[in-house]
Amino acid sequence: MSFSLTKDKRGVVVVAVDGQLIVGNRQELKQKALDALDGGARKFVIDFTKTGYIDSSGLGVLVSLSKKIREQGGDLRLAGLNEDLQTLFELTKLDTLFSIAQTPAEALAAF
Amino acid sequence: MITPLHLDVRRSAAGGETDFELSLAVPSDLEYVGPAVELIAGRFRTGILSPRRVRFNLRTALAEVLANAIAYGNRQDPSRQVRVRVEASREAVRIHVTDDGDGFDPAAVPNPTLPAYLEREDGRGLFVLRGLVDCVDFNEKGNSVCLTLRAG
Repeated sequence: MSFSLTKDKRGVVVVAVDGQLIVGNRQELKQKALDALDGGARKFVIDFTKTGYIDSSGLGVLVSLSKKIREQGGDLRLAGLNEDLQTLFELTKLDTLFSIAQTPAEALAAF
Repeated sequence: MITPLHLDVRRSAAGGETDFELSLAVPSDLEYVGPAVELIAGRFRTGILSPRRVRFNLRTALAEVLANAIAYGNRQDPSRQVRVRVEASREAVRIHVTDDGDGFDPAAVPNPTLPAYLEREDGRGLFVLRGLVDCVDFNEKGNSVCLTLRAG
C-alpha cells in the first residue's frame, strides 16, 4: 500500500506515504484525505519519512488538498522530508506555502 | 490492470558495465509511469550515477517526462505510445523521450514560483525537471526531449 492513515487521540490524521507520490497514485492520497475531511477531520500531517520521490503531480495534489482543508478551517502540515525532498519544496517555493516539520512527532506537537 | 513492460538492453562490446543503451515503449496510460520508472532506474546500479541521484533525481525526472508525454503529448490516447531511449556511458546518462503529439513551446510555460501561480495544482513539471538534471533539450517541434545527467 502506498498510503496508510492513522488518527491520534486528538483526531489529527497522519498519512504516511510509502515509496512515491506521483501521477499514478496521487488521486488515491487525495481521496483518502478528502474522505477523512468529510468525516470531520480538520488537522492533517503528511509523513514523508518513507518516501523516495515526489513528482510535480504529487506536489500539485498537496497544494490542492491543503487549500481544501484550509477552506474547511483545517490545516495540513508536512513532515519527514529528506534533504532531496526538502530541496524540491524550496526549488518550487512550496516551502513558503506549507508548514514543514522535521518529524511527524514535531508536526503533531505543533497542532 | 497494466501489462508488463519490455525493456530492451544493448551493451556496447567495448564499454563494459557503464556503456549500454535501453529502449522501452510505454502505453499512453499514467498507470505505467511508476513501473516504467522502476524498470529503467533498476538498471543504474553500476555506479555511473550515485545511489542518491538514482533514487531521487533520475526517478523524479523520469516520472516528470513520462507523465508529460502521456498526458499532454499523447493525450492518453491508447493507440499512441511514448518511446524512451536511454544512453549510458562513463560520462553521462542521456534520456530521450518522444511522444506522438503536436509538441509545445517550452519557452511559453510560465514560472510556477511566481505568486500568481504558486497555489496552482499543475504547471510545475518542466520547472522541476530543469532543477533535477544537468540539461533539458527539446527538439524544434517540442514532442521530444533529451535529459542529460552527468556522471557522479
